[in-house]
Amino acid sequence: MTRTSDLLTLTPAGLYCPPGDFHIDATRGVPRNLVTHAHSDHARGRHQTVMATEETLDIMELRLGPAFCRNRQTIRYGARIIVGDVRVSFHPAGHILGSAQIAIERDGFRAIVSGDFKRAADPTCTPFEVVTCDAYVTEATFGLPVFAFPDPDDELARLLESRAMFPERTHVVGAYALGKAQRVMRMLAVAGYDRPVWYHESIAPLAAYYGRRGIDLGDIRPIADASPKALAGEIVICTPGALKNGWAEQFPDPLIATASGWMNVRARARQVGVQLPLVISDHADWPALCATALDVGASELWVTHGETEALVHWAALQGLDARPLDIIGYGDEDGGPEVEGPA
Amino acid sequence: MKTFATLLDRLSFEPARNAKLRLIATYLATEPDPDRGYALAALTGSLRFRHATPKLVRVLLRERVDPVLFNLSHEFVGDLSETVALLWPEPAERGSPPSLSEVVTTLETISRAAFPAQLAQWLDALDRIGRWALLKLITGSLRIGVSARLAKTALAQVGNRDVNDIEEIWHGLTPPFTALFAWLENVGPALTSVNPAPFRPPMLAHPFLDRDAAALDPTEFSAEWKWDGIRVHAVSGQCGNEPCLSRLYSRTGEDISAAFPDLMASMATDRFGAATVDGELLVVRDGVVESFGVLQQRLNRKTVSSKMVAEYPIHLRAYDLLAEAGEDLRPLPFTARRARLEAFVARLADPRISLSPLVPFSDWDDLARIRADPEAAGAGTDAPAIEGLMLKRRDAAYVSGRPRGPWFKWKRDPFNVDAVMMYAQRGSGKRSSLYSDFTFGVWHTGPDGDALIPVGKSYFGFTDEELGQLDRYVRENTASKFGPVREVVANAEQGLVLEIAFEGLNRSKRHKSGVAMRFPRISRIRWDKPSIEADRLDTLTAMLDQKRIAAV
Repeated sequence: MTRTSDLLTLTPAGLYCPPGDFHIDATRGVPRNLVTHAHSDHARGRHQTVMATEETLDIMELRLGPAFCRNRQTIRYGARIIVGDVRVSFHPAGHILGSAQIAIERDGFRAIVSGDFKRAADPTCTPFEVVTCDAYVTEATFGLPVFAFPDPDDELARLLESRAMFPERTHVVGAYALGKAQRVMRMLAVAGYDRPVWYHESIAPLAAYYGRRGIDLGDIRPIADASPKALAGEIVICTPGALKNGWAEQFPDPLIATASGWMNVRARARQVGVQLPLVISDHADWPALCATALDVGASELWVTHGETEALVHWAALQGLDARPLDIIGYGDEDGGPEVEGPA
Repeated sequence: MKTFATLLDRLSFEPARNAKLRLIATYLATEPDPDRGYALAALTGSLRFRHATPKLVRVLLRERVDPVLFNLSHEFVGDLSETVALLWPEPAERGSPPSLSEVVTTLETISRAAFPAQLAQWLDALDRIGRWALLKLITGSLRIGVSARLAKTALAQVGNRDVNDIEEIWHGLTPPFTALFAWLENVGPALTSVNPAPFRPPMLAHPFLDRDAAALDPTEFSAEWKWDGIRVHAVSGQCGNEPCLSRLYSRTGEDISAAFPDLMASMATDRFGAATVDGELLVVRDGVVESFGVLQQRLNRKTVSSKMVAEYPIHLRAYDLLAEAGEDLRPLPFTARRARLEAFVARLADPRISLSPLVPFSDWDDLARIRADPEAAGAGTDAPAIEGLMLKRRDAAYVSGRPRGPWFKWKRDPFNVDAVMMYAQRGSGKRSSLYSDFTFGVWHTGPDGDALIPVGKSYFGFTDEELGQLDRYVRENTASKFGPVREVVANAEQGLVLEIAFEGLNRSKRHKSGVAMRFPRISRIRWDKPSIEADRLDTLTAMLDQKRIAAV
């Protein structure tokens, strides 16, 4: 009989599947790496073979250059392929464009590695799919019950209300370059916001890529197209890193917003000098983490990274066999070393 | 409650004064009565009801949340009210949330026994921001960086008035201030002279620098000792011919009467009448002025025991008279007010109230000698309680605020600034559990307007008892943590002023401020001083230019 520990172990590079001889989201160079999504802490370079969804591979190439690995293997959501002694399939994780949970099966025993995921609505990616399994390897970035996120549309409404109250101030919104920035742009378009949305240059390649994938981000323009002084009252989207560098100071009386799950806790928002915290997260909140652990029907729960302690405690109370992995190297929200640090 | 919660939420993140004013003014102009009145009361600290204790809030939550999850959450979030607001389980169906007036009026009358159930019902009906705001309100610590003065300034904007017009009538009003709003919006009668003992913001001084000495004519100025106490206005009003209301105000208009019943008795007399005395609150024992440290025993108290009153006899050293027998003396020149003051104090013949003597001098050099040695210059045994000299133009009227020109302060020790605590770090050894290393800053005009810029760090100068108070202050006012370092709340509305004494000042390219202090020490904790009144970087750079310091 197959047990979880037969399918998954930990090596210095992260999660490893011995019967398939591959890593998942390896944090250092390995021969074969299966990648859940293209955020830089999960999708690093220097591997020989990388298997991922088409979008994930495309974005890795955009960010890491065409030589980020020797061989690429594209896999569609739902397709099952044999790798070594196991069967592998990728399923939508709802985290960002192309993000996947990875299912590993042998002898009717299925383990799923969630990668980063969310259950909340997001108009820029395929929604999370519940796939039942025996063992669930989950993230826990927001694994504390204080993270129960409000409706993201209500948060966006707060941005628009603030703009109405301070029509002379540039509203500068910090959002991660991959996923969050495009989601905020799309949400603004869906909300009927009829002004152009301006963006920091570093967001340009990924915004263009989302556009090529048919995701309408509305009337978006690089800030180079306007003088900063002319952007009074406009919405500008930039990376959290740009906010730290004081980049926003060029705009008239800038009002600093940031879209992140961390904004649910006031001290975290104050720490980075945010005046308008917008709780818009790409991750499952606590209720979603708990609900998902139950929805997938697993009897065993491994927690890869984040606030693992509370989730493990909760799972034990539910009668699940739970353990923390505390994998080093996965950041929060996005946060790989070559991208901006966590907000 | 929702709009009030949104207001508190926005204010808590907004550092800029003008944006805060806009947020408050917009709220006060659009929210209906009586909710806006109660909100104004909350922002100005005028609500009086039984506060919920942190313990009660904790107990309520413990009934609903797993203790391990609660502890992990509390550790992560830090603030108890916020933790509870975030952890409170969402009910299957939300009831209709209470209005702010409903909350306030219920709290005024509710019994202790009925309170927990009522609180739980409200928390069930509110969303996370509403719960946070409610808990902040009922635990009596908003801590959103809004002073009463700022709220009143916003209110003044709503009615297109001067904020001092509001101060003049403020202390006669009670929540929900319906008549006040009606007046401001020109739909009700004018509110004037409602308060027989109004607060009139004090006149403040600029530091006296070498360039002032060169430019100013000494014969146009009077000098007096600058006392090391706290600045107060002692105000009494009359209704008919009877004394009916006496108030003791701090320099920011805070009513501190309740802590000084001994002085209040001296003010509620026929001889005092309807008068306003500007003076220094001191402790005087056996005719000798005690140091600030002794005075501190009587400060920051809501009430005071008779033992305290006997042990630390309070005294008012009078240096100006703003009103007498109902007459406003502020437009008169200083010399005329001084003559009235001298006659007034003589008539009082009250051992608790004495005149601050004038210090005669011939020229600035003479005054510099006096300043260097007050004991020899006539201050005698009071010298330790003197922190320098005040210079007042003989022909100047009394003007609220800090006008440039008429008043100067010339502190005894030139190497002395008032700075604001910005960061605190745990000490080492026996102090390892206490926040004992403090980084402090002064005001500086940057691209965003006024901001604090760090100018030094110090870990001594205070007593063990004061260290305990500082540690508690740091823990209760932490804005964020970075490892062993805590960032302390420090902005224009809120912040702790530390008087820093130092041995010298050098120019420094390594420091952002451009100056480096030698041996800075915390010579005094100024619990009484508003952070916005701490010194500015200009004061330090001007010191650099003074020969005495540059030579150090």
